[in-house]
Amino acid sequence: MFEFLSQFIQRSILQGTALLFGSTGEIITEKSGNLNLGIPGIMYMGGICGVIGGFFYQNAAGRSINPVLAILIPLLASLLGSLAASLIYSFLTITLKANQNVTGLALTTFGVGFGNFFGGSLIKLVDSDVPSIALTKIAKVYKTTLPFAEKLADSENIFGKILYWFCQTFLSYGFMVYLAVIIALVAAMVLKKTRVGLHLRAVGENPATADAAGINVTAYKYFATCIGGMIAGLGGLYYVIDYANGVWSNNGFGDRGWLAIALVIFAVWKPNLAILGSYLFGGLYILFNYIDGASMQVIPLLKMLPYVVTIIVLIVVSMRKKKENQPPASLGLSYFREER
Amino acid sequence: MNNVAAVELVNVTKTFGSVVANKNVNMDVRKGEILAILGENGSGKTTLMNMLSGIYHPDEGQIYIDGKEAVISSPKDAFAYKIGMIHQHFKLVDVFTAAENIVLGIDDGKFDPKGISKKVEEISARYGFEIDPTKKIYEMAVSEKQTVEIVKVLYRGADILILDEPTAVLTPQETRKLFAVLRQMREDGKAVIIITHKLHEVLSISDRVAILRKGEHIATVNTAETDETELTELMVGQKVALNIERDEPQGSVDRLTVSHVNCVSREGVKLLDDVSFTAKSGEILGIAGIAGSGQRELLEAIAGLQHLDGGEITYVNPKNGEVVNLRDKNPKQIKELGVRLSFVPEDRLGMGLVGNMDITDNMMLRSYRRGKSMFLDRKRPKNLADEIIKSLQVVTPGTSTPVRRLSGGNVQKVLVGREISSAPSVLMVAYPVRGLDINSSYTIYNLLNTQKRNGVAVIFVGEDLDVLMELCDRIMVIGSGRITGTVDGRSCTKEEIGYLMTKTEKAENEEGGKG
Repeated sequence: MFEFLSQFIQRSILQGTALLFGSTGEIITEKSGNLNLGIPGIMYMGGICGVIGGFFYQNAAGRSINPVLAILIPLLASLLGSLAASLIYSFLTITLKANQNVTGLALTTFGVGFGNFFGGSLIKLVDSDVPSIALTKIAKVYKTTLPFAEKLADSENIFGKILYWFCQTFLSYGFMVYLAVIIALVAAMVLKKTRVGLHLRAVGENPATADAAGINVTAYKYFATCIGGMIAGLGGLYYVIDYANGVWSNNGFGDRGWLAIALVIFAVWKPNLAILGSYLFGGLYILFNYIDGASMQVIPLLKMLPYVVTIIVLIVVSMRKKKENQPPASLGLSYFREER
Repeated sequence: MNNVAAVELVNVTKTFGSVVANKNVNMDVRKGEILAILGENGSGKTTLMNMLSGIYHPDEGQIYIDGKEAVISSPKDAFAYKIGMIHQHFKLVDVFTAAENIVLGIDDGKFDPKGISKKVEEISARYGFEIDPTKKIYEMAVSEKQTVEIVKVLYRGADILILDEPTAVLTPQETRKLFAVLRQMREDGKAVIIITHKLHEVLSISDRVAILRKGEHIATVNTAETDETELTELMVGQKVALNIERDEPQGSVDRLTVSHVNCVSREGVKLLDDVSFTAKSGEILGIAGIAGSGQRELLEAIAGLQHLDGGEITYVNPKNGEVVNLRDKNPKQIKELGVRLSFVPEDRLGMGLVGNMDITDNMMLRSYRRGKSMFLDRKRPKNLADEIIKSLQVVTPGTSTPVRRLSGGNVQKVLVGREISSAPSVLMVAYPVRGLDINSSYTIYNLLNTQKRNGVAVIFVGEDLDVLMELCDRIMVIGSGRITGTVDGRSCTKEEIGYLMTKTEKAENEEGGKG
C-alpha cells in the first residue's frame, strides 16, 4: 500500500510539474489582463527550442558532456524560444491591440506546428529508425537527484523505511520539479506582498486606474506576458528533457497546455494553489493506469477528470460570488488610453 | 488669499479627430483659492482638466506651474508637479483595499502596509475624513469611494486638486462635509479646482468662477461679484426661460395602482416598505427623495425586474379597461402592455443601451421581435434614430456611431427618446436630466409634457426639487423605502418636501444610535 501510494504520488508530481510551469506562467500573464491562449503553443516552442539547443550541444560535445553546459544550453534555448513567442503575442495584443483570443489561438496553432516542423527536421537529420530523437545524456544530467537523498534511505529499521518512503516520494526528482515549486511560491509572494505585484494586479483589474496612478500599463503587460510565457516554456522543456527522458516525438506534449490553462481557473489565479492543483491534475491525468480493467473506451473519460474538476470549481466559485476569487476584471480586454 | 498663480494655461488647444474639445484656453488658478469651472455638457471642462492631470496632452499651448513651463505627458508627470485629479468616474480598483488604492503607483522604497495605514489616518484626521484603510472598495458607498480618491491625491502631496463633478453622487449632507474639507484645503494654501453644474454650489464654495462654452474660455469672474443669472447667461450664451410649462391634467383616470409593496434585499435590508400609491393618466407624478432611498427598486418592481416580497401592482389597460395584475407578468409582457421604464443610472450607460452598438442598433433593442421576416428590418429603427437625433439635437456624426463614443448628455437623449417613441401608457423616467445641460433638460421636460397631454401616466424620479415642483402635478416623497408623504406640485413648498425627505433619515439615525 505504502509502496503503491508513494509511486502514485511520485508519478502525479512528475506529471503535474509541466502543468505547474504552464499555469504559473499563465497566472502571471492573466494578472496583467492578458488572456494568453497561446500558452500551449508557447510550451511547445519552449520544448522544441530546448531540444534543438540540447541536440546541437550533445552532438558537438561528443562523449565528454559538461553538466553545467548540458543544463544551461537547453535552458537558455528554451527561454529564448518562449520569449520570442511571447513577444509575438505581446506585440499583437498590447501594441497593436489585436483580439487576445484570436491571437492566442493562432499562436497555439503556430507553436504546435513550429514544434512538429523542427522536431521532424531533427528526426530527419539523425536519420533515426523511430520517429523521435533522444537526448539521453542531457536528460540524465537534468534528472540528477539530490545526492544525500539516496544515502539517507539506506538504513534498514522502521525509521529508515519511513525515511526511504519520504525520499522516494518527495526527494527523488530532477531540479526542475523543485524549480517549478520555487517559481510558483515566489510568484505568489510577489503578487501578494510586493509593490510590483500590487501594480501588476491593478493593471489587470483596471488599467485606466493604473494608468491614472502613473503605472506604465504597457510595460507591465509586456513584462508579465513575457515572464509568464518564459515560465510556461520551461514546462515544455521539463516535459521533453525530464519527464520523457529527453525523447522528442511529434505531438508528444498533447493537451497539457490546455490543462495548464484550466488549472489557472482551478487555482483561482493563485500560484500557490496551483502547486497542489497541478499535482492533483497530474494524478487525475494518469489515474487510468491505476484502475484495473480500464478499457480503451474508459481511458478518455478518465482523462477528462481534470476538466470536470475545473468546471466544478468554476461553479463553486461563481456561486460563492467572492470578489477576490473572480478573474482579473479586465482580463481579455485591450487597453486604449485616449478612449472617451 | 494671495495672488500667486499655481497653474496658468496659455492658448491651450485640444482636438479629437474633427471635434475641437478646447480652443485657445487662457486661465489661471491661484494658491489658496477654490476655482469653480462652469460649463454645459460637452463644453470641454473635463478634457481641459485631463490635460492638467496628464491623461491627455494638449495639441497646442503651454501650461505653466509656479511660473515655469511644464510638460505633463503622463499622470506620473502630473504627480511630480503635485497635481491630483479626482475623476467623476472613480479610478479605483474594486478588489483592493482603500490603502492599496491610495499607494497605487507610488514608488517610495519599502512596501509597508502598516506605515501606509498610519499615514492615511494622519491625513484623514487633518482634514476631517473618516476612512478605514483596510476596507475593500467594493464594500464601500459612493461617498466613501470619493474620500479614498481625495486621500489618494493628498497622500501624494498634491498642492493642486482637481475635482470633476464631485457632488453629483453625494447627498446634501455629504456635500456639506466635502465642502468643509475643501475649505480646509484652501486654508492650507492648496489650489482647488472644482467642476460642477450646480450654480448654488458654485456660489457657496468658490472664490472665482471660470466659465467655458463650447471648448472656449468665456470669462473668469469673482464669485462675490456675480449671481446666478449672470453665470447662467455666461454659460449658455443666451437667456434661458426658467419656467417649465405645466398644463392642468385632462381626464385623469387611475392607471397604475401599487399597494402594500414590500421588497427585502439579500442582506435582509428593507428596500421597499409597504409602498402604496396610484399613478393617473394625463399627469406627471414626481418621486423625490435622497439618492438610494428605494427609487430604483420601486421602478424596477413595476417593470417586473425586481422580486417582490409582498403586495400587489395592478394596471388598467387603456385599450379595453381590463385590470391586470403585473405581478403575474414577466418584464416582456409588462413592456408590451405599455409600461415603459427609462432609467438613467449613475454611470449613464449601465442600463438600457449597449455602448458598442450604434444608435440604430440600440433602437432595435426594443423592436427586434417585430416583423415576420427572418431578417431584421433596419429601416424603421434607422428612421427613428434619425428622428431622435433631429428632435432632441443629439450631437453625433451619424446613426452608425457607437453610443459609447457620444458624450454623456447625448447618450441620455438617445435613451429617453427611444422609450418615449414606443408610445407607452405608463412612462417611468428616472434622472432623465442627470448631467444634462439646461437646454437639453428643457427638451426632455417638453417631451414629458407632450406625453402627459397624450394621456400617459408619467412617473418622474428626479433630484432637483425646483424642477420637480415646476414640472410635476403631484410629488411623492420616498425615504428609506417608505412613502413619507405626497404633496401637490402646485401648492407645496420646498421646505415641505425637504422635511419629508429627511423625516425617515432622522428615525434611522436614532435606530443606528441605539444599535
